[in-house]
Amino acid sequence: MTCTCSHGIAAEDPRNVELDSFMVTARTTPGSLISVLHKAQQLFGYLPEEVLNRVATGLQIPPSEVYGVVTFYNLFNTEPVGKYPISVCMGTACYVQGADRVLAKLESELEIKPGQVTEDKMFSLEVCRCIGACGLAPVITIGGEVHGKLSEHDVPKLLAEIRQQALAESEAKVPVAVGSEHE
Amino acid sequence: MTSTPTLSRIRSVADLEALRAANAHAIALRQAEAVPLNEAEEVHLLVCGGTGCQAGKSVKTRLALEEAVRANGLQDRVQVKQVGCFGFCRMGPVVVAHPGGTFYCEVHAKDAAELVTSHLIDGKPVNRLLYAANPKEKARVAAMLDNPFYKGQMRLALRNCGLIDPENIDEAVASDRWFGLAKAVTEMTPDEVVETVLKSGLRGRGGAGFPTGRKWAMAKENQSDVKYVLCNADEGDPGAFMDRSVLEGDPHAIIEAMALAGYAIGAKQGYVYVRAEYPVAIHRLGIAIRQAREVGLLGENILGTGFTFDIDIRLGAGAFVCGEETALIASIEGERGMPRPRPPFPAVSGLWQKPTLNNNVETYANVPDIILNGGEWYASIGTARSAGTKVFAVAGNITNTGLVEVPMGTTLREIIYGMGGGIPKNKKFKAAQTGGPSGGCIPAELLDTPMEFDTLTALGSMMGSGGLIVMDESTCMVDVARFYLEFTQEESCGKCPPCRVGTKRMLELLDKITHGEGTLADIDKLEELAAGIKSTSLCGLGQTAPNPVLSALKYFREEFVAHVVEKRCPAGKCQALTEFRIDAELCKGCGLCARKCPTNCISGEIKHPFVIDAANCAKCGNCADVCKFGAVVH
Repeated sequence: MTCTCSHGIAAEDPRNVELDSFMVTARTTPGSLISVLHKAQQLFGYLPEEVLNRVATGLQIPPSEVYGVVTFYNLFNTEPVGKYPISVCMGTACYVQGADRVLAKLESELEIKPGQVTEDKMFSLEVCRCIGACGLAPVITIGGEVHGKLSEHDVPKLLAEIRQQALAESEAKVPVAVGSEHE
Repeated sequence: MTSTPTLSRIRSVADLEALRAANAHAIALRQAEAVPLNEAEEVHLLVCGGTGCQAGKSVKTRLALEEAVRANGLQDRVQVKQVGCFGFCRMGPVVVAHPGGTFYCEVHAKDAAELVTSHLIDGKPVNRLLYAANPKEKARVAAMLDNPFYKGQMRLALRNCGLIDPENIDEAVASDRWFGLAKAVTEMTPDEVVETVLKSGLRGRGGAGFPTGRKWAMAKENQSDVKYVLCNADEGDPGAFMDRSVLEGDPHAIIEAMALAGYAIGAKQGYVYVRAEYPVAIHRLGIAIRQAREVGLLGENILGTGFTFDIDIRLGAGAFVCGEETALIASIEGERGMPRPRPPFPAVSGLWQKPTLNNNVETYANVPDIILNGGEWYASIGTARSAGTKVFAVAGNITNTGLVEVPMGTTLREIIYGMGGGIPKNKKFKAAQTGGPSGGCIPAELLDTPMEFDTLTALGSMMGSGGLIVMDESTCMVDVARFYLEFTQEESCGKCPPCRVGTKRMLELLDKITHGEGTLADIDKLEELAAGIKSTSLCGLGQTAPNPVLSALKYFREEFVAHVVEKRCPAGKCQALTEFRIDAELCKGCGLCARKCPTNCISGEIKHPFVIDAANCAKCGNCADVCKFGAVVH
């Protein structure tokens, strides 16, 4: 483990406080583990071991059960993701429209494989199964935003735009919406 | 400009009728005949807020339209509204102007000012934003209903998508939502509700086509103090998105139908299991449930009849197998979504061991109108054994991608060449895949197949949830079979060995074949494995996983043989078996291929034939894609 960020989340961290209060109501609802894990991932970005232990304690269930559920479902990450997680849809519609070529281009541009994060922690890459935007195939999502009708040739420009946006944000110190629309 | 519902308490059917009457004009306006929009007393600009159009930045379009309306002082006459999906995703963002339903395509924020001044002030529709089958032609289609994409469609499940504001219960009620439930709880016994659903001939739209009425009857018969109603919104078939559209465009249809099911079988609690990949659908469904609770259409003593029912949302977390109903139940219980042996069937012992009724989103979407209009009405649509309509998500190598709802029995040809607009780039149709990873392909010679449950099953495919992936001649059927197998293999939950081990072995064989290392014996072994997996797997995922391979073998066996005997991929898709070269006779020496080659392995002199250096070729196929003369061959 080269990453140290999964350790040392202070008990009084506001994210922990929010998770705990979420679990107070969840504890009395049968079958609430998955919704608690969604909440935890939304707060922390991913699910490191100590968060899983916190969930187990909070819901009074064995950590093995929590781990079993987390590893069963594709959407839960036990490793950190980039600031802009990129998800390439490999649903059928996207696949027959060349999603494999878009993925290959992303891999070569970012120099990472699915499941990995770039060194600067800016991007992480993953493959998903159909987000239901098949009419715009092939599609990818970057930080939750859908980009459709792509070809591998659009990839470098798209990444450059996101990098520029991130730069502007960090310079301004406040989130600035940089127009990413190009007709 | 966003419409806010009044949210006053609805205590009786009379209250519901009063709410409908108060908002009826809005729906009537959107169904009225065309008038010049500069003269219309009231204009509604409906902007698509489906996931597809939102990806095309339709929110910015809507805000720009609102701004343009204000800037021109038209806010008293013109309303800009967000509605659900129009289904014509390829043309998004879509904006429809009422009265008359002028259908605008690909409307971006920069077009808003012109649309408002030209059409709403000067009375002249903006020609360049109207639909044309061929964008180079001047002739345009203005009215939505004249659009070839919509001609021949019969929108029942999708009837409110693109008509109402899905975040406003008033508009849902104005379009007759909740009146099916009102009729049931005041005029019908639970048995009569079940009887009506039985009579309608409605069959489950999630895949297998089990008669919905029989499912309801079974869940009703089992006596228990607690029962549950589930909605399967875990639309996992990669390539199907009709359930998402219904949830995003008409969530009240689903909530009302679940309440109807609750009344019919005697359940007080429902759960919608939605995949987390659909944030817009989850958001709108949540709003609809909250509004229904607030006015008293969910909760205790609904419409003053003593009937009690409520609904909660449960999120999936990315597991295809959770579309299988016993796995879905395990997931709602907060566990790993692994299927359980049946029997006992969920109708006997389902969620928390209680009798449970589970239907798919599109199935539910049909129920309220069946109760309102009667079972005979629905049974009169479609074919004798497949009643009603079916929504197909048409995607892949087809001109008009989007959602098409047609009566059962419509032929594949009508869908692909009628609404679908045919295959782009003058390529030939090769096959259509229905039923996703559980289904199979339908080849060109069977284009006139009527699309209904039993004919598709007889062909070795299945209706599935309605994903319809169109594939042109550049698609390799072996590669597609491998793609689906890879999908099911990855999504196999691992509980039963035939599925866990069998799909892995099949995938290895298909990998071998696509890499040019396969033998004829491997093809036989694929068939042998497929038979075993189908007959011995625990759940529907494993039992149907071999279907794409079997149907590809049935209709395109010669492609498998070409891969193993001639070591050749006829479609030029399998990289290990493909070598690109330039036909010197056809090459005009324009140099476009050389400029687009990512590895710079194409060289030559302008106006002389170019040459590909096979040693450095990455086999990406860019050259073949860009060549205007068809000179790059493989």
